Amino acid sequence: MDKVMRMSSERGVVIFTKSSCCLCYAVQILFRDLRVQPTIYEIDTDPDCREIEKALLRIGCSTAVPAVFVGGKLVGSTNEVMSLHLSGSLVPLIRPYQSLPY
Amino acid sequence: MNSTSTHFVPPRRVGIYEPLHQFGMWGDTFKSNISNEGDMNMTPSHIIIANNQKLDNNLSEGTSHGTGGTPHMFDQEASTSRHPDKIQRRLAQNREAAKKSRLRKKAYVQQLETSRLKLIHLEQELDRARQQGFYVGNGIDTNSLGISEPMNPGIAAFEMEYGHWIQEQNKQICELRTVLQGQVSDVELRLLVETAMKHYFDLFRMKSAAAKADVFFVMSGMWRTSAERFFLWIGGFRPSDLLKVLLPHFDVMTDQQILDVCNLRQSCQQAEDALSQGMEKLQHTLADCVAGGRLGEGSYIPQVNSAMERLEALVSFVNQADHLRHETLQQMHRILTTRQAARGLLALGEYFQRLRALSSSWTTRHREST
Repeated sequence: MDKVMRMSSERGVVIFTKSSCCLCYAVQILFRDLRVQPTIYEIDTDPDCREIEKALLRIGCSTAVPAVFVGGKLVGSTNEVMSLHLSGSLVPLIRPYQSLPY
Repeated sequence: MNSTSTHFVPPRRVGIYEPLHQFGMWGDTFKSNISNEGDMNMTPSHIIIANNQKLDNNLSEGTSHGTGGTPHMFDQEASTSRHPDKIQRRLAQNREAAKKSRLRKKAYVQQLETSRLKLIHLEQELDRARQQGFYVGNGIDTNSLGISEPMNPGIAAFEMEYGHWIQEQNKQICELRTVLQGQVSDVELRLLVETAMKHYFDLFRMKSAAAKADVFFVMSGMWRTSAERFFLWIGGFRPSDLLKVLLPHFDVMTDQQILDVCNLRQSCQQAEDALSQGMEKLQHTLADCVAGGRLGEGSYIPQVNSAMERLEALVSFVNQADHLRHETLQQMHRILTTRQAARGLLALGEYFQRLRALSSSWTTRHREST
């Protein structure tokens, strides 16, 4: 879906969330802890919410939200983010985008 | 023709069972047997008592000695003497019915025996489980008000599975301890480590299924002992605690290992904090939801569907917490050598055993002081 392609290929860390989703909130907290300011798209406020959800699932996200993209590439949902982080592979991935102060 | 009432049969004729109860079980079938014959002289009110060999003999005696021999079996002489072949047929029917009744009784008694044995076995298992100091439900769930709720089959299955899991866990810990005290090949040790890791992963899988059945049950930790519950974090142990328990037990570690472990501790803590904050947000939003509308007017939650959705989210949190536990164990396994991993798993297993033993001591101490 064009909209998703466009939004996800923005620079840096992009996260698709829903305002009611607390796991999405947890993922945002994690990135903030890692000194990254991600771009957040709350899809439930978007009129195309259903299509966006379907598109995210089609791209390969295990759950539609949270859907995390880094540098235009899909990282995955909460599971994938947590696994990457514990294996030490997340930080190198987001290092170019660590903009927040310590 | 023959009118007999249940009251005329003394209890000893029907053995150890309450006569009335027994006839309630078998009496109706006799009625249907008899009414099926379409015999003009039989009325539905005639119930033949025929579940006793003695009775059978009486019937045959009755035919040989004439109808007057057993007054409580035969009514009027007139009807029987007129139709001898009908008598024969009726006697045969009685014998048949008696035989069927005996067979049914035998089956019933066998069923009772099997159930009795099962019950004894279950009680023994229950005692054993209680001795091991972990919570075992009594088959009926009670909420805090002591009101019984029907037991969720998914949860009942989980509690049973968990009991077996603990037994298997204890066996594995014993084996690890024995093996590490002696000489053991790396190959054999690796197998034990893999088995132990898989055992933890099995638990997470079980918990995932249980969370779908009743997430509050998993979250409450009621399936764990009291001391374990004290340290509960989203339905299980804290991954960062796991690392804290394990780390002092490793002998020499390479620089790379020290660095890796340090990074793992930090990332584990960050992930844990993120999930904790997500949980807090969930609590706040649920509280807002429940308190929505106007309180004090006796009305229910205005947006109950949204409240239910929040509760559904709890399942995801429990799964995420278990995923974190899984990944932490996995990373430790990657960083450590086989021997270190074996020692670590032994230490971890014993740590939880001690917690369970502590709960047990606490419970018995509590009992003694009252």
